[in-house]
Amino acid sequence: MILRGRVIKLGDNIDTDQIYPGRYLPITEPVEMAGHAFEGIISDFLQRAKGSIIVAGKNFGCGSSREQAATALKWAGIVAVVAESFARIFFRNAINQGLPAIIGHHLDRINEGDELRIDLHLGKIEDLTTGESYPGDPLPDFLLAIIEAGGLIEKLKRSLGGG
Amino acid sequence: MGKTLAEKIFSLKLNRDVKAGEFVIAPIDICACQDGTGPLSVRQIEALGRGVANPKRSIFFIDHAAPSPRKELSNDHKLLREFCRKTGCILSEVGDGVIHQRLVEDYAKPGDILIGADSHSCTSGALAAFATGMGSTDVAIGMALGENWFRVPETFRINVTGRFPKGVFSKDLIIHLIGMITADGATYRALEFGGEAIENMSMSERFVLANMAVEAGAKTGLCPADGITQEYLKRMGRENDYQPLAPDPDAEYERVIEIDASNLEPVVSCPHTVDNVRKAKELTDIRIDQVYIGTCTNGRLEDLRVAARILKGKRRHPDVRLIVCPASRRVYLDALREGILEILVEAGASIMGPGCGPCVGVHEGVLADGERCLSTQNRNFKGRMGNPEGEIYLASPATAAYSATVGHIADPREVL
Repeated sequence: MILRGRVIKLGDNIDTDQIYPGRYLPITEPVEMAGHAFEGIISDFLQRAKGSIIVAGKNFGCGSSREQAATALKWAGIVAVVAESFARIFFRNAINQGLPAIIGHHLDRINEGDELRIDLHLGKIEDLTTGESYPGDPLPDFLLAIIEAGGLIEKLKRSLGGG
Repeated sequence: MGKTLAEKIFSLKLNRDVKAGEFVIAPIDICACQDGTGPLSVRQIEALGRGVANPKRSIFFIDHAAPSPRKELSNDHKLLREFCRKTGCILSEVGDGVIHQRLVEDYAKPGDILIGADSHSCTSGALAAFATGMGSTDVAIGMALGENWFRVPETFRINVTGRFPKGVFSKDLIIHLIGMITADGATYRALEFGGEAIENMSMSERFVLANMAVEAGAKTGLCPADGITQEYLKRMGRENDYQPLAPDPDAEYERVIEIDASNLEPVVSCPHTVDNVRKAKELTDIRIDQVYIGTCTNGRLEDLRVAARILKGKRRHPDVRLIVCPASRRVYLDALREGILEILVEAGASIMGPGCGPCVGVHEGVLADGERCLSTQNRNFKGRMGNPEGEIYLASPATAAYSATVGHIADPREVL
């Protein structure tokens, strides 16, 4: 699976209260959730999100277990999140929602607006703007299968035969 | 080689030797959701179309916005009530209390595996249950299939020796620890607390440690099940739920951290991360607009008792709003009967019904632009209390109560 997108660059410890404010938890429509991603934190996020790849530092998605954080990013048009490390609940939520979450290294050399190409199977991250490439941790096959199915529920429905 | 507490719980559950690093599919004893995450779990359970495997151990807690301040939330609550009625799942109603407090009072027991669609589900780890937070979809799968996958975590052993000085509490210990290992220092690990200071610690204080394990990125925070656990379960009317559970003396730890409790001081997490730690006595120039005493971290009887001890016969500072929220109906009733609530109300406190209160930024104390709150909650992220322009400081109930009387952050040892 090959992904491409422009970089939105973020720092360390981006928590889920910033990604998706608690007051919008009652929203159940993913498209509507997307409208509140990073509200009050990054003013032009929604204009830039579609087709973009978030590149962040350590501990992305820490804090509240709210799955809406991953759902909102996915439906805002974020192609993937690459980070030095992820908080574990967010990582599971992202995969379960079919949003690729990739651990990469030396990401500080990637700039805002760069064009990235990611090979999910190899875990390889290429910066097409600077020509540099970065090692990432490849996802195990069972997680890739969830992403390719579009999320865990879809995957389970197939493997359990629809129930 | 012996087993850590986490390895022991999974080994007992799966009836074979399980080591850290293994991926396992394990049966789940308790699945829990709250009103912010439950509606999505319900949708996913319905999408799977297989019903609920164990409704009597699948619990929905209405606590994050209870009673509801908006019609959208009211409709969510209605959806949860109808789902519970239809499936036989258990509903914890408005006023019954915060998910994690109710789980430790009435449901979790040593040796259980518990998943909750709320990051502070690790709280029940203090009862030697493997308790961890997950998202709505993962918990929906736990409810529908009765199992889910886990990676058995490596463990950081936190050995706490010595005696806590007067005015210093387990909240100070856990904030100090997170400052030391940072907000992502224990990502994917279990924190296992032990040593003489933990052996002498009440369950109420142990819950604080387990509750905040996730603030260092940990998957759970565990304490051994011992005589104190047994006494607690007995008090909760669940004597038969007890079994002793401890790590093996030769367990293998990824890291061992030694802390001497007698060296600790009252500390505060400053905005906007929990690991931004300073001593309370160094922050006396920080004026505050609101003090909040409550939550799954510090809304128990012992917490309200220490606040009442400090606030008895005093008044809140005129510039400070004081909000108190007992963590459960049981805590509320006990505090009422002990006269604690009367002392707090006389001191100028506004008492909320049991629930999460203003901690989640939905109601009951949303901050204004530029305002500061000193809270006993577990998290001080930007926007947490409903306004990214507000600032949140975290401390023990003693620090919070004393600061409420003087109008700025202050060291409670001055009055204790």
